[in-house]
Amino acid sequence: MKEVWVFIEQEENKIHPVSFELLGIANTLAEDLSGRIAGVILGSEVDNLAPEVLAYGAHKVYLVEHDCLKYYRHRPYAKALSDLAKKYHPEILLLGATPLGRDLAGGVATLLETGLTADVTELSIEKETGYLLMTRPAYGGNIMATIVCPHHRPQMATVRPRIFSVPERKENPKGEIIKEKIDLSEDLAGIERLNFIPKEKTVNLEYADVVVAGGKGIGGKREFEKLKELAELLSAELGASRLAVESGWISYEHQVGQTGKTVRPKVYLAFGISGAIQHRAGMQNSDFIIAVNTDKGAPIFKIADMGILGDWKVVAEALISALKKEKDK
Amino acid sequence: MLNLLVSIKQVPDTTNIRINPETGTLIREGVPSIINPYDLIALSTACKLKQKYGGKIVVITMGPPQARLALKEAVEFGADRIILLSDRKFAGADTLATSYTLAETIKFLEKETPFDLYLFGKQAIDGDTAQVGPGVATRLGIPVVTYVNKIESIDLKEKTIILHRKTERGIEILRAKLPILITCEKELSHVPFVPFSEILKGIQSEPEVFTAEGPVFFERDKLGLKGSPTQVKKVFTPELKKQGSLYDLKEHSLNDVIGKILEILRAKGLL
Ligand SMILES: Cc1cc2nc3c(=O)[nH]c(=O)nc-3n(C[C@H](O)[C@H](O)[C@H](O)COP(=O)(O)OP(=O)(O)OC[C@H]3O[C@@H](n4cnc5c(N)ncnc54)[C@H](O)[C@@H]3O)c2cc1C
Ligand SMILES: Cc1cc2nc3c(=O)[nH]c(=O)nc-3n(C[C@H](O)[C@H](O)[C@H](O)COP(=O)(O)OP(=O)(O)OC[C@H]3O[C@@H](n4cnc5c(N)ncnc54)[C@H](O)[C@@H]3O)c2cc1C
Repeated sequence: MKEVWVFIEQEENKIHPVSFELLGIANTLAEDLSGRIAGVILGSEVDNLAPEVLAYGAHKVYLVEHDCLKYYRHRPYAKALSDLAKKYHPEILLLGATPLGRDLAGGVATLLETGLTADVTELSIEKETGYLLMTRPAYGGNIMATIVCPHHRPQMATVRPRIFSVPERKENPKGEIIKEKIDLSEDLAGIERLNFIPKEKTVNLEYADVVVAGGKGIGGKREFEKLKELAELLSAELGASRLAVESGWISYEHQVGQTGKTVRPKVYLAFGISGAIQHRAGMQNSDFIIAVNTDKGAPIFKIADMGILGDWKVVAEALISALKKEKDK
Repeated sequence: MLNLLVSIKQVPDTTNIRINPETGTLIREGVPSIINPYDLIALSTACKLKQKYGGKIVVITMGPPQARLALKEAVEFGADRIILLSDRKFAGADTLATSYTLAETIKFLEKETPFDLYLFGKQAIDGDTAQVGPGVATRLGIPVVTYVNKIESIDLKEKTIILHRKTERGIEILRAKLPILITCEKELSHVPFVPFSEILKGIQSEPEVFTAEGPVFFERDKLGLKGSPTQVKKVFTPELKKQGSLYDLKEHSLNDVIGKILEILRAKGLL
C-alpha cells in the first residue's frame, strides 16, 4: 500500500505545529491514493511522541532514536531519514518549510536522487495520473507554479506553516510503532553544538489569533508603540511590512510576507500597509482582513474584508479607547 | 591560508518584475540582472576572511552567457579566479541537476587544491528554494551549516571553525571541522564599498568558460532539464480574493466604523 510520510519536526521533545498540519493534508492525499499515513520521528528519548502522532491521524510511526540525534544536525538527520525511505519506499514525503525542514529536505532529496519542491502552498493528487501536484509561489510571489515529479519517488515537498489546518485529535488512537536502528556517529555529524542562546521572547506570530500590523505609512518607531498598545489590548501579536522592518522601527521577527512569516489569524489588522504582493503572500489566508489606508488605490483594499479609507492613527486611537471602555465594563 | 569557494547566481531583480497578465509569464525585458543579494554577502564574507587569514577565492556560477557580468563584478570583491558554467545542456536544471553540475565542477577544481570553506547564499531571490547549498554539500560528502549569521573564529592549525547559526528558536553556536559548506544570512557581512581601482580590475577580467564538453566530465543524463526530476507543469498569476466593503471616513462616522470592528471581534470570540 502506498504510504504518505510526514517528517515530524521535534526539538527538545516538542513537536512543531506544522507537523500536525501536514498530518491533516496527508490524510486527504492518502485517501485519494487509497494509501496510508506514516509519521517519522527522529531524536533521542522521543518515543513518548509516537502516540501523539497517531492521535493526529497517522496509521504508523517510524521511530529512530540515537544519541547523535539529540539536537538537530544536518548529516545524521539526513542519513536517518533517507535510509528509512530507501527501505520502505514512501510515495510522498512532506516536511514543514521551516528553517529546520528546509535544511534537512535539500540533503535528503539529494541522497535519494529525487525531486523536491520548496515552500509549497497547495497540494493535491492529479486524478488521471495519481501524481502529486505541488503549487508554490516563485519570483517574489509574482507567479505561482505547479510542479510535478513524475518519475522519481518519493515525491518530496516542504510545505509552508499555517496553510493547512490541524486535524482533530483522536482519543485512544490505534496504530503501529516501528522502531528502526540506524548506524550514526559523531564523526558523520562533523559539527558540535557549543551553546544555544534562545530568543528572549519568541514572537509567536504564525500562531496568533489576532495580528496588528504596521507599515511604512505608520511613520516611525514611536508610532509603533501605539500599535503595541492596541496589540496588548487584543492579546495580539505585532506584525510589520518589510519597509517598516528595514526602517528599523521593529525587528525582523515581526515581518510578515514572502521573506518573513506566513500568518493565518482570525483577524488581521493592517495599518499603513500598501499590500504589495510579497506582503500579501504572508497574510492573505487570514480569516478576516481589516485594512486602514489613506490611498483608495492601495492594493491591500483588494483583499481586505473591511477597508477603511482614512488616517491609521485616528482609527487606532479610537479603537484603543473603545477597547479600554469594553474592558472596564 | 584559506582556500575559499563562492557559488553565486545571477538573478532578475524581483522588485522590478512584471507579469504578462495574459500568458502568466515574466516580462524579462528591461528587468535588470543582479548578483543574488545573499551571494553578495557570501562574496563579502570570503573577501573579509581572505584579508584576515590569507588565501584565494574561486567564484563559480552556472547560467547563460550574460552571467559573466556577475563574475566580473565578483572580481571587485577580491575573487582570484572566476568560472562560468554555460551550455545549453545545463539549461532548465532544477536543484538536483544544479547541485550535480556545481558539485562535479568543484570536485574537478579540487584536484589542484582542496577548498577549506564553501560559501553559498541562504537562498536565491528568484527560485527561492534554499536547496542548492545543502544539495552540493551532500554530493561533496561534507557537513553543511545553513543560515550562518556570524563567523566567530577559524583555527587554521586545527582546521576548525566556530560559527553562529540562526534557528527558529534562537542562535546556535557551533564548532565544525573544515572543510564545511555554509549558507549566508544577511547579517553575516556588510557589502563593502568598492573602490574604483577594483571596478576597473573587474571590467578588465574575463571568466574561464566551462561547458558540458569539458574540462569537467559530466554524465549527460544528470544535466539540465533531462537531469531534473521536477517539472513545471503550469505557471499562473495568483488570484485575488473578492473585495470586501470600503468605509471612507469622510462619509462614515468613526464611531460606526469602530462599532463594526468590535462586532467582528466579538463574533470571532476575541473580546
Ligand atoms: C524579494 C522580495 C521579498 C519581499 N518580501 C517582503 C515581505 O516578506 N514582507 C513585506 O511586507 N514586504 C516584502 N517585500 C517588499 C514589498 O515589495 C513592499 O516594498 C513592502 O511590503 C511595502 O511596505 P509598506 O506597505 O509598509 O510600504 P509602502 O508600500 O510605502 O506603503 C505605505 C502605505 O501607507 C499608506 N499611508 C501613508 N500614510 C498613512 C496614514 N497616515 N494612514 C494610513 N495609511 C497611510 C500609504 O497610502 C501606503 O499605501 C519584498 C520585496 C521583494 C523584492
Ligand atoms: C517558477 C519556478 C519554480 C521552481 N521551483 C523549483 C522547486 O520547487 N524545486 C526545484 O528543485 N527547483 C525549482 N526550480 C528550479 C530552480 O529555480 C533552479 O534549479 C535554480 O537553478 C536553483 O534554485 P534556486 O534559485 O532556488 O537556488 P537556491 O537553492 O535558493 O540558491 C541557494 C544558493 O545556491 C547557489 N546557487 C544557486 N543557483 C546557482 C547557480 N546557477 N550557479 C551557482 N550557484 C548557484 C547560490 O549560492 C545561492 O545563493 C524552479 C524554477 C522556476 C522558474
